[in-house]
Amino acid sequence: MNGSILTLILLVPLAGAVLVSLLPDRGKLPAWLALLTTLVTFGLTLHLPAHFDVNQSGFQFAVNKQWIESPAIYYHVGVDGLSLWLVVLVGLLGPVGVLASWNAINRRQKVFYSLFLVQQTAMYGVFVSLDLMLYYGFWELSLVPMAILIAMYGRKEGQKAATKFFLFTFIPSAPLLVAILWLYARTGTFNFSELRVLIAAGAVPAGALFWVALAFLLAFAVKVPVFPLHGWLADTFGEAPVAMAMVVAGKLGLYSMLRFHVGLFPAQSHAIAPLLIALAVIGVLYGACLALVQRDFWRFLAFAALGHLSLITLGIYGFTVTGWNGATYQILNNELIDAALFVLLGALEIRYGTSQIPAYGGLAGRVPRLATIFVFAALAMIGLPLLNGFVGEFLILSSTFSGVSHGWAVVATLGVILSAAYMLWMVQRVFYGPESALAASAAADLRAVEQFALWPLAVLMLVMGVAPNLWLRAIATAPGPTLIQRAQSIGSLGQPDVPSAANNRAELREVLR
Amino acid sequence: MNPVPDIYRILPEVILSITGVLVMLIDASLASGPSRRALGWVAVFGTVFAIWASIWQLSLPSGSGFSETVETSPFTVFFHVLICGIVLVTLLLSLDSLPDDSHHQGEYYALLVFGAVGMCLLTGAVELLLVFVALEISSISTYILAGYRKQTGRGPESAIKYFLLGSFATAFLLYGIALVFGATGTTSVYEIARTAAAAPNLVLVNAALAMMLVGILFKVSAAPFHVWTPDVYEGAPSPVVALMSTAPKAAAFAFLLRIVYEMFPTLGFIWAPVLWIVAVLSMTVGNLAALRQHNVKRMLAYSAIAHAGYLLVAFAGFGTTGIGAAMFYTAAYSAMNVGIFAVVTLVSGYGDERPLVQDYRGLLYRSPLLGGLLIFFLVSLTGIPFTGGFFGKFYAFSAAVGAGRVVLAIIGLLNSGVAAAYYLRLAFVAAQRPEESEARFPMLPVGVAVGAAMLFAVGATLILGISPGRILHATETGAHTLQAPPPVPTQPEITSSHATP
Repeated sequence: MNGSILTLILLVPLAGAVLVSLLPDRGKLPAWLALLTTLVTFGLTLHLPAHFDVNQSGFQFAVNKQWIESPAIYYHVGVDGLSLWLVVLVGLLGPVGVLASWNAINRRQKVFYSLFLVQQTAMYGVFVSLDLMLYYGFWELSLVPMAILIAMYGRKEGQKAATKFFLFTFIPSAPLLVAILWLYARTGTFNFSELRVLIAAGAVPAGALFWVALAFLLAFAVKVPVFPLHGWLADTFGEAPVAMAMVVAGKLGLYSMLRFHVGLFPAQSHAIAPLLIALAVIGVLYGACLALVQRDFWRFLAFAALGHLSLITLGIYGFTVTGWNGATYQILNNELIDAALFVLLGALEIRYGTSQIPAYGGLAGRVPRLATIFVFAALAMIGLPLLNGFVGEFLILSSTFSGVSHGWAVVATLGVILSAAYMLWMVQRVFYGPESALAASAAADLRAVEQFALWPLAVLMLVMGVAPNLWLRAIATAPGPTLIQRAQSIGSLGQPDVPSAANNRAELREVLR
Repeated sequence: MNPVPDIYRILPEVILSITGVLVMLIDASLASGPSRRALGWVAVFGTVFAIWASIWQLSLPSGSGFSETVETSPFTVFFHVLICGIVLVTLLLSLDSLPDDSHHQGEYYALLVFGAVGMCLLTGAVELLLVFVALEISSISTYILAGYRKQTGRGPESAIKYFLLGSFATAFLLYGIALVFGATGTTSVYEIARTAAAAPNLVLVNAALAMMLVGILFKVSAAPFHVWTPDVYEGAPSPVVALMSTAPKAAAFAFLLRIVYEMFPTLGFIWAPVLWIVAVLSMTVGNLAALRQHNVKRMLAYSAIAHAGYLLVAFAGFGTTGIGAAMFYTAAYSAMNVGIFAVVTLVSGYGDERPLVQDYRGLLYRSPLLGGLLIFFLVSLTGIPFTGGFFGKFYAFSAAVGAGRVVLAIIGLLNSGVAAAYYLRLAFVAAQRPEESEARFPMLPVGVAVGAAMLFAVGATLILGISPGRILHATETGAHTLQAPPPVPTQPEITSSHATP
């Protein structure tokens, strides 16, 4: 079972997609099939944490089979502390996405759900691939269903947004492919672990590595997105169907940064870290400021996301183990919270037919359940203690404060405070205040389908805020400390922050206390 | 003493010729009333038989027949199968899409098959005069096919343009052959390979190489010899374009491989930079021009120019990797391009009644099958993983990177980013919801023959994208045979053992 579990996770959604596309588009049949498929896959992903050995660092559940002889491409998959929970997250967001589309998608369900399931496979693939070519394959594959669905189901200018999204992410992946091919030409392998060893041993000339690392970084930074590469984000959020928008930003890019940029090129990424720290802090402030002035709530959410994703970038490029653990944890939190907000805003849009914030007001009395969960998610996003956002943000900011510089930490914290301002103001404008004309129109509160999607998210926000160690135990097995040592032994950088492998967990516990 | 009868060396060509003649004879003996559709099936069976014969040729020892004029080797078999496969798909496609009342159906099928004879011969010819004859056979049939809709204004225009420019390019090739004969005193590819490097007048050899490159680069529609492509594609019937944009190109690329790797490997310092420049020009010109097109066939014509550029990138990687990559790309490109023109045929109609990008709006809604296929082939042309288009680009660019041409690879991949823009435009238009008011024009029905054609194209594209192992192996074997030292003359029995990889 341990050997084939990842393959199963990759294949089940694909099989579901084929099944959906073959069966007739009648009633809710495609939706039920997709729900079933995603639930089964989610169940399969839960196998991973249940059998994950936290005392072992390195990749588990690994499979390494030759796919193509020459060039030597392997079907090489596995998870470690970094990707473990991300896989489960994709699993959880699968059924949530289907439920979120339940009422929103009424035409061409077959196309929608089969592409949705292909997208699931692509995302699982990105998180579990340990062969660079395989990884690149899934990375590119993840663009296609997304772009087509944005074009098909866009609200106003779907095609334009889809093209923008596709080109923004496809063009930077050209240098990424060249960089991967170049590495292969030099080392003869696409294997992640082998490459890591070879690069650390200096098998590749350092001068060229700078450019290779930069090509990797560029592709990932666009996908996150990092300021100033976020041009596609607002349009995509505004046009994409809810189930797609909630997975488009963040985790793929951030994970790739941690795994393939910092992980493969610690010295090069350490050298470029100051730039990224600056961009991240700018992004935090810029996102918060723009979110304050948005009138459309999808664009609002886009800039809010930009701010929060920038904060995670800050955690990654602070080059501290605490920061990395916090960043990994915060990716999970951020996705959960964003997913909840997407479902809720999507529900509002279906009910009232507009995404303009000023048109709303005083909804709390009319749709009390929706309002409650929205406030809950908003508080989690702000980082209220005991909710999950707090843990991640705290880890990131405290590591920035101690490991990077006080100044950046203070500025970034300012952004976090601003995020509280825009989030609460938004809640106030939509749910409280004088009743708007819209609120007077009759609309039902959350339906059962929506509640099925939302309650698990809300409960998780609380549990992840109260007992983060359940997750952090596994996350802390990711190979942080050795990377930092290597980054700093090669680069000549200031205060070393080099906890040993054993210290990692101890330090975490201390910080969390 | 040669154990292999000469006739076996050209068995597929013989079968195809007989098929063509048979089709014409039956056509002439039929009364003028009934449908000529059955003739298409005759041609289909002949082509299948030819494919079988080419594969059977693998069991022969590699070598040449007819006094060193035609070669059979894994290299030629690869291209034979590819070309016959393309012709087969085109025939199947034409069976369902040619209007029933169109006369000259018999000639149409015969011309397709005769064209295949020329193309197949071109890939196997190792004697420059035979090369010329083969090229003419294939060209003349495509010239006629290009103008097949002679009742429209565009058809004859396209044919004449193609004919005039094509003859001009062939003249260049012929001049090159004359020059190389002047320099080395022979027109045998093997002889030239042995003597070209030591020829007394190297300037003459270089000039010959340049002339031949011009002639061949015209045939593959590489910039700056590409101007005919959009006009011809626009005017020719779509099933013919499916053939024209792939099979003659595959044959021409096979001959180009023979020129640069077998005849003039020592002149790499000359042809490599030339092909480098032509590759960059083709990719850039093709993609930028395609961005501005509103006519689907013109857009795909520019895309074909760009793809010729990607293919030439593979030539930058010297040796087996480069040849293998070029062969693989030819196959991948053919599979997806034939596929997309099959979709275009069905959507636009034989007479191109709906030629614009706008006309594809809502295709996915009106016909999920055709819409899905269109998007699939566009995705493959874009170069998304798990399709043939991706591995084609992948091998081409990794050959270039492996040979240290990183800049070329980056230019190429950025170009594929630009290309994504116009492929996606078409894909998104097809995915868009159609306006309720728009008239629901009829589309050609998807019959058995077209279904089979589509199945072949999709299957090939997917196999090349998911398990390219066997095809890769075939291309590598082919590359080895091409690079093997030319056989020693006058002793045929050594010839056969020598050229085996």
